[in-house]
Amino acid sequence: MSIFTKNRTALPGFGLSLGFTIFYLSLIVLIPLSALFLKAASIGSSEFWAAATGDRAIASYKLTFGASAVAALINAVFGLLTAWTLTRYKFPGRRFFDAIVDLPFAIPTAVSGIALTAVYSHNGIIGAYLEKFGIKAAFTPLGVTIALTFIGLPFVVRTVQPALQELDKDLEEAAASLGANRFQIFFRVITLSIMPSLLTGFALAFARAVGEYGSVVFISGNMPMKTEISSLLIIVKLEQYDYAGASVIATVMLIFSFLILLLINIIQALTQRNTGKG
Amino acid sequence: MQKPSEKASTYTENAFAAIKLTIIVTLVATPLNMIFGIAAAWAVTKFEFPGKNLLITLIDIPFAVSPVISGLIFVLVFGLQGWFGEWLYAHNIKIIFTEYGIILATIFVTFPFIARELIPLMQEQGSEEEYAALMLGANIWQIFFKVTLPNIKWGLLYGLILCNARAMGEFGAVSVVSGHIRGETNTVPLHVEILYNEYNFAAAFAVASILAVLGIITLIIKNLLELKIRKQTH
Repeated sequence: MSIFTKNRTALPGFGLSLGFTIFYLSLIVLIPLSALFLKAASIGSSEFWAAATGDRAIASYKLTFGASAVAALINAVFGLLTAWTLTRYKFPGRRFFDAIVDLPFAIPTAVSGIALTAVYSHNGIIGAYLEKFGIKAAFTPLGVTIALTFIGLPFVVRTVQPALQELDKDLEEAAASLGANRFQIFFRVITLSIMPSLLTGFALAFARAVGEYGSVVFISGNMPMKTEISSLLIIVKLEQYDYAGASVIATVMLIFSFLILLLINIIQALTQRNTGKG
Repeated sequence: MQKPSEKASTYTENAFAAIKLTIIVTLVATPLNMIFGIAAAWAVTKFEFPGKNLLITLIDIPFAVSPVISGLIFVLVFGLQGWFGEWLYAHNIKIIFTEYGIILATIFVTFPFIARELIPLMQEQGSEEEYAALMLGANIWQIFFKVTLPNIKWGLLYGLILCNARAMGEFGAVSVVSGHIRGETNTVPLHVEILYNEYNFAAAFAVASILAVLGIITLIIKNLLELKIRKQTH
């Protein structure tokens, strides 16, 4: 039996649309991406390992993944709070604040980069204030974390918001009628049912932060071994015509991103099975 | 030594050249991705075929690839040491460090935006109306322009707005493939970086404010469209 039997009076354009889709996908995405993996695979495994675990590379992973994890954690907490406020309460300007959450998406990263640097450098509005307490923000790992927190916020809010909207009020009322107090309701009923979307939001914010470049390069100061993120190290290697070295670090980062995406898919598959939603 | 007025005019020229390049890049990348988005959504939502879910996953890949890597992969294909490097050099074709490289990298980073918007939308709408048109003797273009397009126009516009905003503002990917040649391969975000690194903060923030305003306009249109789409579906 042909798979097309049930489409005997099919709509036209199957060959044209699928053909173009595959052609364009291969040209723009698949062929260039495979160039990266082949380049990284073309150098021997010992050299690959050496390039992937060089001192400078390790220092950059530590900063990139560490700052990204901290930023995503901050966003998980405050993003949940923001989403909660936006879905649960009616207040003047709610739509405005709701729209503003998307600003880090809408503003080009280079623009946020120089703006954040201006605000957090020693003579900036917030930077000068922090300076009084002996805290340096710009050109330190703290600055990197601030930039990554800025760009990650919408991911958590936009993932958690629909889950909060769909949250069954009956569950909360049932819990209340069984004598649960507000904290119990929050931590045992609400947190539990939005945990999958919160985790997804965290993972998305984390993944985005790991690859972020534009908003970080200005505020980080780019000192090798100290405030140099992995994306920048790739560019440094390219500028030294070390294409293989650049490809190795890029491959490490890409594999990591794909693992995060896989994790998100697993979380979503598991929750869909648990809640019985298709 | 340049006179201040001359210096100011080269500033203006470089800024205008950057704006012009950004507009050209956006005008090439967005329509191409629109055609792709429509074709992909049509193939995926109107037909059953093996590997469909794999195809949908592959379309999303550029979102998982970080900006700098998005630029790097094109250097590996078209750069001097890249796959086609020698051949291109022999035929005197330059892609990396020219506007072509910038266009390719921009297409890559904005690749999924429109397809991603259209696939769930067309899935939800089903194909009943298209089948009805087919029975009445319409050809593929009539079906698309008279039946499908009116149904998806707001979703399509939404995808276009997002794609357009990212194309204008992309920094990391474009930075890798651009030669940073002022007045030639400098887009607006790259121009901001150059001005900033020259400690020319006033000019950098002036050019950046153009991008910021475009971002805010995007946000406003996006919210209006969301209202419109919500009204349509309820």
